[in-house]
Amino acid sequence: MSLKNQNLISKSEVIMNIKNINLSFGGLKALSGVSLQIKKGEILAIIGPNGAGKSSMLNVISGIYVPQEGVVEWKGKRRNKIAPHDIARMGIARTFQNIALFKGMSALENILTGRNILMKRNLFMEMLYMGLGRRQEEEHRKKAEEIIDFLEIQSIRKTPVARLPYGMQKRVELGRALALEPELLLLDEPMAGMNVEEKEDMCRFVLDVNEQFGTTIVLIEHDMGVVMDISDRVVVLDYGIKIADGTPDKVRSEKKVIDAYLGVG
Amino acid sequence: MFYREAGQFKTSYKKDQAILPIFQDKIAMVAMLLFCFIVIPLFANDYWLASILVPFLALSLAALGLNVLTGYAGQISLGTAAFMAVGAFASFNLQVRIPEIPFLVAFLWGGLCAAGVGILFGLPSLRIKGFYLAVATLAAQFFIEWLFTHFDWFTNYSTSGVITAPPMTLLGFAIDNPLSKYFLVLSIVVICAFFVRNLARSEIGRAWMAVRDMDIAAEAIGINLMKTKLLAFGVSSFLCGLAGALWAYVVLGTVEPQAFDIARSFEILFMVVIGGLGSVSGAFLGAGFMILLPILLNNLGSLITGGTISTETIAHIEYMVFGAFIIFFLIVEPNGLARLWQIGKEKLRLWPFPY
Amino acid sequence: MDWWFFLEVFVGGLLSGVMYSLVALGFVLIFKASGVFNFAQGAMVLFAALTFVRLLEMGIPMLAAIGVTMVIMVILAIAIERIVLRPLVNQDLIILFMATIGLNYFIEGMAQLVWDSKVHVLDLGIDEYDAFEIGEAFINKFDVYAALIAGGLVLVLSLFFRYTVIGRALRAVADDHQAALSVGIPLRTIWIYVWSTAGIVALVAGIVWGSKLGVQFAISSVALKAIPVLIIGGFTSVPGAILGGLIVGCGEKLAEVYLGGFVGGAIENWFPYMLALLVLMIRPEGIFGEKIIERV
Repeated sequence: MSLKNQNLISKSEVIMNIKNINLSFGGLKALSGVSLQIKKGEILAIIGPNGAGKSSMLNVISGIYVPQEGVVEWKGKRRNKIAPHDIARMGIARTFQNIALFKGMSALENILTGRNILMKRNLFMEMLYMGLGRRQEEEHRKKAEEIIDFLEIQSIRKTPVARLPYGMQKRVELGRALALEPELLLLDEPMAGMNVEEKEDMCRFVLDVNEQFGTTIVLIEHDMGVVMDISDRVVVLDYGIKIADGTPDKVRSEKKVIDAYLGVG
Repeated sequence: MFYREAGQFKTSYKKDQAILPIFQDKIAMVAMLLFCFIVIPLFANDYWLASILVPFLALSLAALGLNVLTGYAGQISLGTAAFMAVGAFASFNLQVRIPEIPFLVAFLWGGLCAAGVGILFGLPSLRIKGFYLAVATLAAQFFIEWLFTHFDWFTNYSTSGVITAPPMTLLGFAIDNPLSKYFLVLSIVVICAFFVRNLARSEIGRAWMAVRDMDIAAEAIGINLMKTKLLAFGVSSFLCGLAGALWAYVVLGTVEPQAFDIARSFEILFMVVIGGLGSVSGAFLGAGFMILLPILLNNLGSLITGGTISTETIAHIEYMVFGAFIIFFLIVEPNGLARLWQIGKEKLRLWPFPY
Repeated sequence: MDWWFFLEVFVGGLLSGVMYSLVALGFVLIFKASGVFNFAQGAMVLFAALTFVRLLEMGIPMLAAIGVTMVIMVILAIAIERIVLRPLVNQDLIILFMATIGLNYFIEGMAQLVWDSKVHVLDLGIDEYDAFEIGEAFINKFDVYAALIAGGLVLVLSLFFRYTVIGRALRAVADDHQAALSVGIPLRTIWIYVWSTAGIVALVAGIVWGSKLGVQFAISSVALKAIPVLIIGGFTSVPGAILGGLIVGCGEKLAEVYLGGFVGGAIENWFPYMLALLVLMIRPEGIFGEKIIERV
């Protein structure tokens, strides 16, 4: 059973509308004829067997891949090819399947780097560490500390991330994405490789982010228990085709989904 | 037992983000600066000032510049000496064409020209990485060396192909003896080190390190790789250019383009690797190491063999020792002497207790 | 335009390009098998040539000297694997690259310390100034022999790669380290083989270059010429190294003769690099290299 009120979500606006897209690499079709709407404030899970096109879908949403056919609308406007570093400016942040932290920096610095985009670049003021250069460092430190408190990682803020255990690294990576204050947060297998307690913590953070900041979340996850518990809506992909879209309860009982997972057909 | 941060509570982020948050470090830095500005000038003789300390400081600055690029931004360069050459020749040319220009302005111009050239040769870094980029910087090395050797305009049509630095005067004082030169170079280097340290702990420094550590993730959080890399090339080359101007004006006096050959580029790369990638103090430690080691080897050699060892043999041993040290540091401690120093400090924090 | 002269320059360029290929070949072997760009290849050429020429000077017959030098190069390869490569096995490639720069200095120092730093004449019984006449063009005989040696070496290496067990293992490792390990190919042994082979290639290059220039320190910097060759041909391709060498050799000679005059000459030093830079901007993996695909 989902933990949230379905009616509230279903009424709210669509922030991303993906219409009938086709994506292929060379001769290989990754996604065919997929349509998907992402609604403001929801937690949407994309699931499917290996090679179903989940990662491709996430990359289409984030804008790294541009589908050969079909339209992607972001907040009502058609989105064309964009530079990878402009994705964050549109309000979309992500975490990676294999942790992609800046391993030469501390946890705090990693999170602060997530706020770089909200800072102004001024070579001279930063060189002198005066005026704007100093002011913005102190302001954003405050924001970074809020995120550190939220994720309960106060004790490791100055530890180099390479020395942190896996679960903590995942948490810092989430913190870095949150530092951007995104409208849409993409999580690529946020619980992969975690033990039960780490998973429970991460689930709690995902739900808290969604509730406290109103962030829309799209996630890919293999753990069905987690998916059914935290998501408002589940989309199932198989061989690049969308085979189901609905509430966890509804999706769970669909025959196509069961077949896809059991390998029938 | 005197090096503790216990009891030093920071009540604001401002204090926690100070350049040296630990009280004892502040004292040490002040002591260090006092030592450099007062004690050394009082006791060092002209040989030490002119032949060791001034070259050491100038090369430290070049190492600092390369450390910005390689240590912080993760872009390897084998063309450091070429950017130094641009700095030296640009400063010289500005002063030759417009003699009224004060030499400090000429230095600044040298740095800016080097920054421009650095950015130009940094452009390939947008498409290529690692040692592919090293090739682009090698192209800079060979091209610029050739340019200054073959176009007389750059040497002001000097028949020997050598440039002689005009005399320097600052606020009416002639900078012509080892002591005044030492003060000049020390001041410039200290200011630059302070600037680099500030950049490293600011937004720009984090962007550099993000690009170095994981460029895909850096892009995903909105860091423009192109601007960030080119800024690193610019700042790095500016410092190298300034170092080149100091090398020409203060250390050598008369320079030919061959003073900035590929061997110099490697020397500075070694300083950065041995001193420590990505740290300001590493540049100084590495430069000190690279300058003192040959002197040490020389004295050791003649001490052991009773003066019969040839300078050639010592030069060969020097090559081997440098090579061995590079490999040693890369294997044992890629963060170099600076990291060893830091580990020492961490131990000192706990001493005399084991944990 | 004097077409005979053009032909002479062109063929001269091709032949000197073959000499670059010879050095580049050593780089390709190591890069293919371990992903390491071995900056010390030039120093290995110097070390091999010096060892060889000093053995000859001691009165050892040529074939024996070649044999002994080969053994020494194999020992060097084993030492490098033990001392340098093994501890750095999972490091960034850029760290390994810098380590080979250190290695370069070490071997250069060692070569000159053990032997000496004088210029040694290496006489293979070929007159460097003798030339074939084709029409009105003169083609240097020595260069032709050098090209033949290089061609022979490439042939032997290709056969070695294709038809021997070690060769197959090498190709497997080059394709995929992990997969090769999982089918039981010992990576360390392979690295020793590769570095030994590169050492022997260095010996051949050293003999050819040494008899042309005299065995001296400058040989070591021939490696700097091989780098643009690799960029142009691609780091992973043996035919690429050959073709890259030909392009660089030809390009720089033609550029020197027909463009050099306008800009003060001696553009040979940087022209290959600019050419390489151009290739990098257009096709970063080189003309024959495998395309690198990065996944998110």
